[in-house]
Amino acid sequence: MTAVNSAKDDVLVSVRGLKTYYSLRGSFGQRLVGREAGHVKAVDDVSFDLYRGEVLGLVGESGSGKTTLGRTLLGLVPATEGSVSFEGADITRMSERELRVLRRSMQIVFQDPHASLNPAMTIEQSVGHPLTIHRIARGRELRQRVAEALETVGLAPAEQFLEKYPSDLSGGQKQRAVIARAIILNPLLLVADEPVSMLDMSVRAKILELMLYLKHEFGFTYLYITHDLATAKFFCDRIAILYLGRIVEMGPSAAIYEDPKHPYTKALLKAIPEPDPLRSVPRDLPRGEVPDAARPPLGCSFHPRCSAAFEVCGWESRDLRDLLEIRWARMAAAEYEAERATIGDIAALDQPATSFRVAAGNGRPGSEVLALLETIRGEMPDEPFWKGVRALTAADGYAEVELFPPVVPRLLPLGRAHVECHLYDAEALREADARQAARL
Amino acid sequence: MTADPVVSVRDLRVYYGTLRGTVRAVDRVSLEIGAGQVLGLVGESGCGKSTLGRGILGLLPEGAVSDGEVLYAGQNLVNMSPRELRRLRGPELGLIFQEPMTRLNPLMRIEEHFSETLKQHEPSLDDREIRRRSLETLGRMGIPPTRFRQYPHEFSGGMRQRIMIALALLLRPKLLIADEPTTSLDVIVEAQILSILADLRQSFGTALLLITHNLGIVAEACDRVAVMYAGQIVEEGTAREVFSEPAHPYTRELLRSTISLDTKELHSIPGAPPSLIEPPRGCRFHPRCPDAMQVCAVNPPVEQELDRDRRVLCWLHGPAEEVPEDGWSPLERQELAVAEEA
Amino acid sequence: MAVPVPSSVEPAQRTRLPGLRRALAPIADARGTTRTMLWLGVGITLAFILIALFAPVIAPYDFDTFQANGERFDQLEAPSTDHLMGTNVQSTDVLSRIIWGTQTELKVVLVSLFFSISIGVPLGLFAGYFGGKLDRALVLVMDALFVFPFLLLAIVIAFLLADKVGQGILSAAIAITVVYIPLYFRVVRNHTISIREEPFVEAARALGARPLTIIRKYVFFNVVQNVPPLATLNAADAILTLAALGFLGYGIQPTDGAEWGYDVNRAVSDAASGIWWTGLFPGLAIVLLVVGLTLLGEGLSETINPVLRKRPKAEADLSGSVAEAETP
Repeated sequence: MTAVNSAKDDVLVSVRGLKTYYSLRGSFGQRLVGREAGHVKAVDDVSFDLYRGEVLGLVGESGSGKTTLGRTLLGLVPATEGSVSFEGADITRMSERELRVLRRSMQIVFQDPHASLNPAMTIEQSVGHPLTIHRIARGRELRQRVAEALETVGLAPAEQFLEKYPSDLSGGQKQRAVIARAIILNPLLLVADEPVSMLDMSVRAKILELMLYLKHEFGFTYLYITHDLATAKFFCDRIAILYLGRIVEMGPSAAIYEDPKHPYTKALLKAIPEPDPLRSVPRDLPRGEVPDAARPPLGCSFHPRCSAAFEVCGWESRDLRDLLEIRWARMAAAEYEAERATIGDIAALDQPATSFRVAAGNGRPGSEVLALLETIRGEMPDEPFWKGVRALTAADGYAEVELFPPVVPRLLPLGRAHVECHLYDAEALREADARQAARL
Repeated sequence: MTADPVVSVRDLRVYYGTLRGTVRAVDRVSLEIGAGQVLGLVGESGCGKSTLGRGILGLLPEGAVSDGEVLYAGQNLVNMSPRELRRLRGPELGLIFQEPMTRLNPLMRIEEHFSETLKQHEPSLDDREIRRRSLETLGRMGIPPTRFRQYPHEFSGGMRQRIMIALALLLRPKLLIADEPTTSLDVIVEAQILSILADLRQSFGTALLLITHNLGIVAEACDRVAVMYAGQIVEEGTAREVFSEPAHPYTRELLRSTISLDTKELHSIPGAPPSLIEPPRGCRFHPRCPDAMQVCAVNPPVEQELDRDRRVLCWLHGPAEEVPEDGWSPLERQELAVAEEA
Repeated sequence: MAVPVPSSVEPAQRTRLPGLRRALAPIADARGTTRTMLWLGVGITLAFILIALFAPVIAPYDFDTFQANGERFDQLEAPSTDHLMGTNVQSTDVLSRIIWGTQTELKVVLVSLFFSISIGVPLGLFAGYFGGKLDRALVLVMDALFVFPFLLLAIVIAFLLADKVGQGILSAAIAITVVYIPLYFRVVRNHTISIREEPFVEAARALGARPLTIIRKYVFFNVVQNVPPLATLNAADAILTLAALGFLGYGIQPTDGAEWGYDVNRAVSDAASGIWWTGLFPGLAIVLLVVGLTLLGEGLSETINPVLRKRPKAEADLSGSVAEAETP
């Protein structure tokens, strides 16, 4: 599943089937779901290549796994499965000792400039520390190289900054020092994790300019991790959009911005605030938020929020619960109470299932529940959930809901990009047609 | 300016002391917000916008002093006793913070938060009415009644912010101040919250002061905008006018520095925001202003009303009589040392 | 943006001990009650230290001198010109015993402090940084020690050591050391655990630093600021423990040196007879030194701990706002 790239053919980092799972400590009362006994799948089967000299953007919101992915690539977080090959060597199999040697070639710039520098070390000590750790330079030579690095990042005259402590510098200056520290060993790969998101607008451009300058001057390869598609557009050659640990769309910048395919990508682009007074807040955005990574939705993780979802996207009981909640939130108290009484305990809906029961309220017949569901369906026929319903039947004291089983989406090539979405998967579309016909 | 404003701030000053001197966080600020209006207060970090927002409500940092007028319902909030102010906060004046967890007690269910707030300010309500009101307000924010009895940690960040907004609106305040309400949220959730805030005018008729550093938010969600720099409002007007034709060089440069999907070139403003303890002489922006003139370095600018609805604090817009003969010539500035660069 | 030629790298002038200066800066900035506490504490503690140092010079007699010029001193003599604080039942001068006692107290406290810190702090650092089995085992041991009432533990240890090391300064010091190790361990460990998660520590890992380097350069300096306030409060407590040990007869033997607690013990029976000077003065000495150390400790705590530090109420001056325009 190699991402196609136009010009560059020299692969620096190769990621295949990477999975980074965090196991959850069993909290009290947490019911273990099926096979997966409490994991957070921070990175869930990710594969891509990073070419020398390019800037690859990893874009996603919180919970997307972008930060974990960046750290796994550097060996700061152990991978659960899969491989990360850096210049041919698989770092997921390396010991901490071997990794330390490799760290000279790959560096990271963190998000929070105020917390990335040791408050007890001077700038000279901090920026020069890589040289000390790897025993490359000391004393005069170290100071010389630190000064060079500082001037390269724009902290000039350097001697003004050598003796200062981080608390004496502004946010932008600190970030420059962090960059200086990252480049002083001339690494091959620079991972920048939200390097400008905590800086003011008027300062962001300066740091981005600096990073661009460094790229042109020194040929660094960048992995730019961010949630902000606007800065990514400026800086990145290729972009990968992440959602809940998976790549949902990936391709050259131009493709992503001019012709986004995945509904989530489209939503992200639409949601970016524009300083254009003629524009007002977009209203037709996906509802809800990024779900809990410990219990992701079945099938396509984005389906609960997607207005274009259909038969195969992975419908489950939790979607019905969401539907009911949205409906009830809009109702007046009296109406809500009446409807609520029809249905009994809905806690059972929290367990993801494709075939389940909706219990009726005290002593009520299942047919009332069925009638209610049909009413709801009638009132909102465009709601994608109903496309996933194979059958609705009433029984004694409950209604039986049967949904179509989920189909896991596949990352497939599409034009210049790769997209993981059933809307573009011919096989899935065929399956959906079949299901539509089969719906009772 | 506005017909019958809900709150009218005149010449407000908020200063507080530090070891290095007096910080003039808010230095003679005036503004007005009408009912159902959304005023965006935009500025970068350290410009004093948060202090202004809280200063209006009387929530001053420790050791701070304030002066000037904040007229609300015919009273000046600046001179009010803390007790009187406390009575107003909640039913009349609301505040939403950046981090939604700060006002939510992790050990209390949402239901308890709401009933406590209502009982405190409207003790005559019975339980049924409390529940009805709470569920209604929450419902408008998209929080379903089935989750009424959950604890704050069971909600995601965006939902917690909705709960916060619901709590703030529960008592139907006339003025709501939102201090960076979406800064810690993801972009899609941010848009959701913003549409809720923008709708407040229709549903509740609340006057909203939206404090943020993000120009895009202001353009999309606000009727009017006030740009703040170094403790002062340098420009104010309708969002449409200020964004399409910024009068103040700082506003213009800030707009140019904002990176959006349409950005073709990167721009930044040289230098860094000044210290609020010893701001530059004359116009506070002059060391960084590409259009600075001689007079800007010496005399502080006088506020000018450009239109019925627009004002700016900049010598480029006069008043011409007060500018001396050679005051109009451009200012020679030394190259800013990077030491002052951000 | 062309690459600028690096300018000369010799810094103009290095300030001496910049790190120390920065660390002590908050102390100079202290105001109000904190300042009073600090300076009072420093004053008292310093006074006692000086007394201890100059004991041979200022003490009128030796700690066990009970005679002069062949003549035995009066027993239980009230304060007089010869004996400013009177004598006790063994005809030794109370004042001299207090002065010499200062030496004893400080000796024991310093030794035990030294050992407590040099064992407790590194253990805390390692347990906090590495976690895992080592951490769990150490925490178990330390918590067990913590559970024991200080005094009881000290007595038990002093008792056990009595056979091996003999009673004296060393055994008292060891007893006190053991009692206080868990304190440093716990504080340092907890702080290390929170520092460990800080981005700059992760950055150090990303740079390829080894754990020992990280602990030394990144964790230690940020954690060590907790130690001075803890040490002074610890010292105050140790004085009391030592005095208690002495009072109970497990501390310093009278032949080794003067010890305030022992003196107070001896003075108990005197009180019934209306003899106040044998008990009052040693008792006051204990109280004064403990108070001095405590003030110093609390003062340091407030200055160093930024959470407790109150923002100095510097006056906000409303008058000088917008500057007067000047004619160019």
